[in-house]
Amino acid sequence: MAIDLDILTVRIPPQDDPETAFFWASGEDGKLRFKRCQSCGYYSHPPTPRCPKCLSGEMVPEVVSGKATVLSYTVNYQQWVPGQEPYIIGLVTMDEQDDLRLTTNLVGIPIDAEGIIGMKVEVRFLARDDIWYPLFVPEGA
Amino acid sequence: MDLTLDAALEAIADAGLTRDDIDGIATYPGGDAVGSNGFGGPSAAAVQDALRLDLNYIYGSGEGSAQLGSIIEASMAISAGLAKHVLVFRTVTESTMQGTKNRNPGASMQRAGGFTQFLAPFGAISATNWFAQVAQLHMHKYGTTREQLGQIALTCRTNAGVNPRAVYRDPLTMDDYLNARMISSPLCLLDCDVPVDGSTAMVVSHVDYAKDAPHVAAHINAVGSAQYGRPSWDQYEDMTSMLAQGVSKHLWSRTDLKPSDVDVAELYDGFSIITLAWLEALGFCAQGEGGAFIEGGQRIARTGELPINTHGGQLSEGRLHGYGHVYEAVVQLRGDAGERQIPNAEVIVAANGGGPIAGAMLLTKGISN
Repeated sequence: MAIDLDILTVRIPPQDDPETAFFWASGEDGKLRFKRCQSCGYYSHPPTPRCPKCLSGEMVPEVVSGKATVLSYTVNYQQWVPGQEPYIIGLVTMDEQDDLRLTTNLVGIPIDAEGIIGMKVEVRFLARDDIWYPLFVPEGA
Repeated sequence: MDLTLDAALEAIADAGLTRDDIDGIATYPGGDAVGSNGFGGPSAAAVQDALRLDLNYIYGSGEGSAQLGSIIEASMAISAGLAKHVLVFRTVTESTMQGTKNRNPGASMQRAGGFTQFLAPFGAISATNWFAQVAQLHMHKYGTTREQLGQIALTCRTNAGVNPRAVYRDPLTMDDYLNARMISSPLCLLDCDVPVDGSTAMVVSHVDYAKDAPHVAAHINAVGSAQYGRPSWDQYEDMTSMLAQGVSKHLWSRTDLKPSDVDVAELYDGFSIITLAWLEALGFCAQGEGGAFIEGGQRIARTGELPINTHGGQLSEGRLHGYGHVYEAVVQLRGDAGERQIPNAEVIVAANGGGPIAGAMLLTKGISN
């Protein structure tokens, strides 16, 4: 059964920002991208114009596997928006690099599930108004 | 502004000064009071104008070493000879604003910019969400329990019971805590501080003034202003801790005093997990052992070896946003805390901020060199 990605009544879009536009549009072809230093190979998130490690200015969005591991999470219960059902906010570490991290939503996982921290997950995109939100589901789901 | 002026004039008079003696103002976060939806009070300039002061130094910023960065700034201005008596204040009207729809982050945010750009689009719109992930990981990695975290809330409530200025003074039980509704797991309502309207003001003066002051002075023995690591809600290297780590190292590198010399700890409690992180960062226990340290609550009670948040903290006194902790430290050092006074309190650490902002201050009774 297909996983319903549309778990938020209201999803606040990111501000228009030329430095991050590539990230929010990346999912159009189903692939997740992060800026990567062409000199030392370091991925930088949130995106920066120079490599925070070697200071090279050659930072180019590169496709990543979309596979990640859950570092931490929380189930939000408070109805910031009336009628909103509980949902999971997760912090995931991408397979490519130990400190390549993303706050996201974990979907297709019951809110009372055990073992969410450490779970292997993979990206799915929710498209809304020309923004592709990278969300994560259990690997192989 | 009315609360701010009441607090400012009371602080100036308490210091044995008149408004003509005030030659500096510093505040957090500065800027536009109305536009901040109750988070910030009047700007330093607005207070200057309201009191018709001529100033040699003025400062207001939300950046820096958290809320008490403004107090550090005042002490630096005095050290540099720019000013002699700096009025510092922090005003909030979050209780009033809570009744308006503008305080609801879900309703007010149209587009997520700045640091929220990579948080809010995933429904991580409240600091509760951001700190909840810290608490969750702390529990997962170190076995910290909700019952342990609950001791922060219970201790604050007990202390608030003997603070006439506290908002919540009725006794709280562990059952009350465990049955409180969840906000963002594992943080429940009672892990979150209480929005209030209030203003806290103090005067920071040169040490030479202490002998002429009408009360025993609280001496700023050392401050921690360092910011090590990524200043980010979700990218800090060790997500079981916070930038409190660097601040604490910096603080202890600037004094001969040690954690074991501290009589009372006034530790920021915007959320209970922040207090736990400060206990660990400041070296009262090892990283990861905060849960065991506060187990049962005896150690951090007013009768324990390290009383914390003797005024009730932001969890029960109310969210004066960092300044409440510094104010209480001064009251305790002066011996003016009444029923909640800790006997012989001579060294108190006050720590402010959580997540990517942090600052700490070690205060001692009277002037020492």
